[in-house]
Amino acid sequence: MNPSNEPLLDVRDLSVRYLTARGQVRAVDKVSFNVQPGEVVGLAGESGSGKSTIAHALLRILHPPAVITGGQALFEGRDIMAMDDPELEAFRWSKISIVFQSAMNALNPVMKIRDQITDVMLHHGVDKSEAAQRAVDLFDLVGIEPARLDAYPHQLSGGMRQRAVIAIALALKPPMLIMDEPTTALDVVVQKDILEQITELRKKLGFSILFITHDLSLLVEISTHISIMYAGDIVEKAPARELFENPKHPYTLGLMNSFPSISGAKQKLVGIPGSPPDLVAPPSGCKFHPRCAKAMPVCSQIAPVNRQLSADHSVACHLFDK
Amino acid sequence: METNSLQNKNLLEVRGLCKEFPVGVFGGNRLVHAVEDANFSVKRGQVVALVGESGSGKTTTLRMIARLLPVTHGEIYFKGIDMLLVEPRQASLDYRRQVQYIFQDPFASLNAVHTIEHHLARPLLIHKLTHSNQETRERVCDLLETVELKPAEMIASRYPHQLSGGQRQRVAIARALAVDPELILADEPISMLDVSIRMGVLNLIQRLKEERGISFVYITHDLASARYIGDEIMVMYAGHMVEGGNSEAIMKEPAHPYTQLLLSAVPDPRAGLHTDRNAKARGEVPSLIDPPPGCPFAARCPRVLKICHQVMPRPARVSEGHWVRCNLFDPKG
Repeated sequence: MNPSNEPLLDVRDLSVRYLTARGQVRAVDKVSFNVQPGEVVGLAGESGSGKSTIAHALLRILHPPAVITGGQALFEGRDIMAMDDPELEAFRWSKISIVFQSAMNALNPVMKIRDQITDVMLHHGVDKSEAAQRAVDLFDLVGIEPARLDAYPHQLSGGMRQRAVIAIALALKPPMLIMDEPTTALDVVVQKDILEQITELRKKLGFSILFITHDLSLLVEISTHISIMYAGDIVEKAPARELFENPKHPYTLGLMNSFPSISGAKQKLVGIPGSPPDLVAPPSGCKFHPRCAKAMPVCSQIAPVNRQLSADHSVACHLFDK
Repeated sequence: METNSLQNKNLLEVRGLCKEFPVGVFGGNRLVHAVEDANFSVKRGQVVALVGESGSGKTTTLRMIARLLPVTHGEIYFKGIDMLLVEPRQASLDYRRQVQYIFQDPFASLNAVHTIEHHLARPLLIHKLTHSNQETRERVCDLLETVELKPAEMIASRYPHQLSGGQRQRVAIARALAVDPELILADEPISMLDVSIRMGVLNLIQRLKEERGISFVYITHDLASARYIGDEIMVMYAGHMVEGGNSEAIMKEPAHPYTQLLLSAVPDPRAGLHTDRNAKARGEVPSLIDPPPGCPFAARCPRVLKICHQVMPRPARVSEGHWVRCNLFDPKG
């Protein structure tokens, strides 16, 4: 579909602010990244880093006080930020769908799963008998017995509910899925199952994923590219393996140092001192400088810009200024 | 008691601990077997990690030890004394001083309308550990400095909402430390915290263990953090302790098929992608309401035997200090 290596999604300088009583919060600050067809792009960061805000901005489902203040998000060449309501209605779910963190909140507790799957198809003009058939196929696809279609959400286990939510996200065969911490609420064994399922489905159906999580070790396993966010900025971007083996930004290094391992020699890990900043009054210059072990005088004065270290590895840090 | 001297080496020893909750309307006659026959011990200055998925009975076990939940049956020995015999209805003030609790959610465990100083002064006053306002204030500052919250005076005057999650959890730890406890029961103390500050809290626990000889029972669903600070690990599944022992031994040679499954599910990029590492079990945790006899993992176990549906085996020795309850191992061996 996209032979010329054009990105499927191209986000350029996207900015989102929250207008609060205490002042403006720059939740997402001129963020750029792209997603190629078939890729899994990981977005990692702590709570408040802006990763979920990006997900919501891409579907234009942000509510006040959140406001998109600038930038573009080109999907197959069309700017999502410039779409009007009817265009958005046709765009959402058929082009990009989303899997939320908590399946219990994403599903309607008083509707059968069957109706929740067919609902989205009927809304997008699929006829009734086809929608019914596709619901069965979708359940098959995500590994739940189609007989369970007539269950209510509370009758399914946590893992099955999350599978059902994934089935709904796939209902219109979108070229891209956003997954916002899809496995955070689940136990590790179920998480592993679901991640394997997602990987299999992606191979079979060929969609792209924007995968959002705070769990870097999980991201390294599942994604092809990773962007690291801190306080509304993308501070480092690289292919997953490269980022894992050769992290450059002190924050990325700190994050890597925050996950104990189950194998190899036991080593003392230090994490990162301090806490994430208050975004109403972020630190001057580089927002990470108060927590950074390698901070220099310039770091508190000037915000670093993105530097390209190699064709696909970039970092925003003064340590790499020439 | 002829085993008295043996028990004294253990600060805490739990034997055959069970908890059943009645379910259903009008009291019902069905029972949730939340914890079944839990046995483990904690030595002085030792961190024992209870690892398991949600619903495995970790928190229930911890709450029984803290005497926040009545015990259905079983024994809790603290310093060799059978506490349920000595204090059958309610734990004494003295027991509560020696055994402290840290809750999972630092956003819920602090009172929003009181300052940090109030939270830390309260245990000092209740247990009559300080004798003047001046002394109390100094002790509060000491405590805050112990958990690396500085400047202590400024933090003491703040309210919980003015602190970050990591800082709040440190306050909760300081509150537990206020009464000089010998055992701290920590219920997933880092799971609600931001990733970058988790290690700081774990290192603090480690330091308290090393410097003050405080023992911890640390609950987690995360095997990697259990390995990081746990001297010993007990693996729980559906209310049962299925394997236990030295944490390195369990990581290197997990004996129970469930432990193997749990280990293979942990994302571990350092070890490379291990999609086919060991057993693959599908399905989810069974219902704990009136469970069938036998091993609770039997329905999912890739190496299940006929006997597994009938008998929950006794602990079998795997190596020195490492045991497993699995029919694949001979209890006499």
